[in-house]
Amino acid sequence: MTHTIEKIKTQRIKVSEKLVYVLETKKLNIYYDDFRAISEVNMKIERNKVTAIIGPSGCGKSTLLRSFNRMNELVQGSRISGEVLFHGQNLYAPDVDPVEVRHRIGMVFQKPNPFPKSIYENIAWGARVHGFKGNMDELVEYSLRQAALWEEVKDILDHSGLALSGGQQQRLCIARALAVQPEVILMDEPASALDPISTLHIEDLIRELSNHYTILIVTHNMQQAARVSDFTAFFNMNGDRSGYLVEYDNTNQLFTMPKNKLTEDYITGRFG
Amino acid sequence: MNGPSIQKPEIEFTDNIRDRNRYGRLWVYIFRFSTIIGIIALATLLFNIINQSSGYVVYEAKGDPAALTLDGVPIEEQTKDQLMRVLSSHLSKGAYSKLDRTKPFAERSRNDVYDLVVERIVKYEVVDSWLLWDSLTRKDEITAAVEEEYPEALLRFDVWINSDFLRRPQSSNPVIAGVRTAVLGSLWTIGITILFAFPLGVMAAIYLTEYAGDSWANRIIQTNINNLAGVPSIIYGILGLAIFVRALEPLTSGTLFGVTDPTSANGRTILSAGLTLGLLVLPLIIINAQEAIRAVPNSLRHAGYGLGATKWQTVWSHVLPNAIPGILTGTILAISRAIGETAPLVVIGASTVIYFDPEGPFSKFTTLPIQIYQWTSRPQDEFRFLAAAAILVLLALLLTLNAVAVLLRNRYSRRY
Ligand SMILES: Nc1ncnc2c1ncn2[C@@H]1O[C@H](COP(=O)(O)OP(=O)(O)OP(=O)(O)O)[C@@H](O)[C@H]1O
Ligand SMILES: [Mg+2]
Repeated sequence: MTHTIEKIKTQRIKVSEKLVYVLETKKLNIYYDDFRAISEVNMKIERNKVTAIIGPSGCGKSTLLRSFNRMNELVQGSRISGEVLFHGQNLYAPDVDPVEVRHRIGMVFQKPNPFPKSIYENIAWGARVHGFKGNMDELVEYSLRQAALWEEVKDILDHSGLALSGGQQQRLCIARALAVQPEVILMDEPASALDPISTLHIEDLIRELSNHYTILIVTHNMQQAARVSDFTAFFNMNGDRSGYLVEYDNTNQLFTMPKNKLTEDYITGRFG
Repeated sequence: MNGPSIQKPEIEFTDNIRDRNRYGRLWVYIFRFSTIIGIIALATLLFNIINQSSGYVVYEAKGDPAALTLDGVPIEEQTKDQLMRVLSSHLSKGAYSKLDRTKPFAERSRNDVYDLVVERIVKYEVVDSWLLWDSLTRKDEITAAVEEEYPEALLRFDVWINSDFLRRPQSSNPVIAGVRTAVLGSLWTIGITILFAFPLGVMAAIYLTEYAGDSWANRIIQTNINNLAGVPSIIYGILGLAIFVRALEPLTSGTLFGVTDPTSANGRTILSAGLTLGLLVLPLIIINAQEAIRAVPNSLRHAGYGLGATKWQTVWSHVLPNAIPGILTGTILAISRAIGETAPLVVIGASTVIYFDPEGPFSKFTTLPIQIYQWTSRPQDEFRFLAAAAILVLLALLLTLNAVAVLLRNRYSRRY
């Protein structure tokens, strides 16, 4: 186990200096039992950039996102073929521990899901789980500041995380994910349950965080993708409802001069 | 796909609001009727028990209490020493020293000695008794009849369930018989049941819900547990007899631990009873705990895994704390069932008549339901009154447990 962790760590240090790509999929197929939800995806995710994943409902965006930190394994009957490389190391190699993967690649869910514990404990728990030995108060404050939530909650750290508003809860979940010091953060429609103001808050936050983290975000909101992301991947479904990568480019390029007719139809709302 | 080209079909509704409302009201009447039947049944039960648990009783003394007055003090007011003198002067030397041998007088309280005097010398006996309802409605009639028929006797309004009843051990004389032996037996037995079944049940539930995959073997286990919950309790008694009383006798009788209690009854001990009831409630506890664990939303588990926590860390910190109110309520309900069980304990050989308190897991025992069963099968009316009183004690015990369950649920209930 420790062997694996060491391997990933040393490779990160060695490789991240050379390579700009943190994650890479090679001929990735994802199945639910016999149904292929994602087919033959090859894409590279650039370090410290925001990559947006867009596409029609059911094309497999969430499925693909979950495969980056092996959360899809929690679904009965799901399996993959192909490779997901993290700093060149296949995350699905037999000697890789999914627990370590999820430590390095954090996740923020569509529906805010703070623990039914205090705000402080929401942040501290993850760190404690990984054997954090430093000053917990400092870490909690730092993480909450990173998530732009500190000013709002600094006096109520002992209140339940559930007593916050939806937008605050989502920022709490982001702070919670940051506290375990991941390298990559996966976000599945993080603002879809929020009002426009809270959404803008989250978007600003994502831009800010991209200075230090690699972020993958799934969104249905075209403007949001255009506003927050550096790169955008457009997915579509083929005849047997299997999702595939249509076009992947820098966001500006994709939204102004899409190369594919399908992409153009989708972003202009003439899709379907 | 759904362009303007689709043709609207002919759509017509019948005007039936009146019928639908009438139909709905009919069902409400049926529901109300069922509820009322239930309430009547419950009220009858309670009335019946309470009716038997107090009322007028006529006592006649075999000996003459007035003759026992010592130094001008009637026995009701005598000290322990005076009572002991009365006892030694009225009992044979052999009988007196036998009493001292079963429990030295130095260890007996004044009230114990007083009870002995009443039991051995005064010898009150019940000659007649009435139910509560009759005692209240026909008071004058009863007093007149008693004065005529038993001029010497003592007529008293007795509440059979009183502090003496709770304090005293079992006895063959209904006047001084109490329920302490049985209550202690029940508490000991249930204690062992909880110690055995709660941890095992919860751990099995955690394994089955969180760890066991969806293989056919696990599905068979799950189905079997569900079926076991419905197996008649007497079958658990037969199982307990074979396993705990017979096969594991050295363990359950305590000889393995060097316990050589002369009064212990081979494997028919509290330990065997507790373990048998433990087997009985184990499937119930597992099912209830599984239910509670499943009710914890998956989003919490995903939050834990998403932070890189192991399965065990997630289960321990998030799933269990959120499931614990449900687990506790389920356990308490299962335990309530165990407290009322009679059949399996009869099968493994509970003693129906014992006069000494259980002293540990290796003692002979009786429990409340068995005591009640034994008293109701006696011919004398008085024992039936005692049984009614014991039923009230049992009900009180059950109500307390249920109240604890409700309290726990309210105290720890969470929202997500
Ligand atoms: N747990 C599951 N078991 C079986 N099939 C699933 C499961 N989750 C998703 N699918 C299927 O996989 C396909 C992709 O689903 P996914 O949730 O990834 O789509 P999505 O692009 O995120 O859609 P949306 O935009 O509506 O969230 C769908 O056809 C869906 O039916
Ligand atoms: Mg989705």
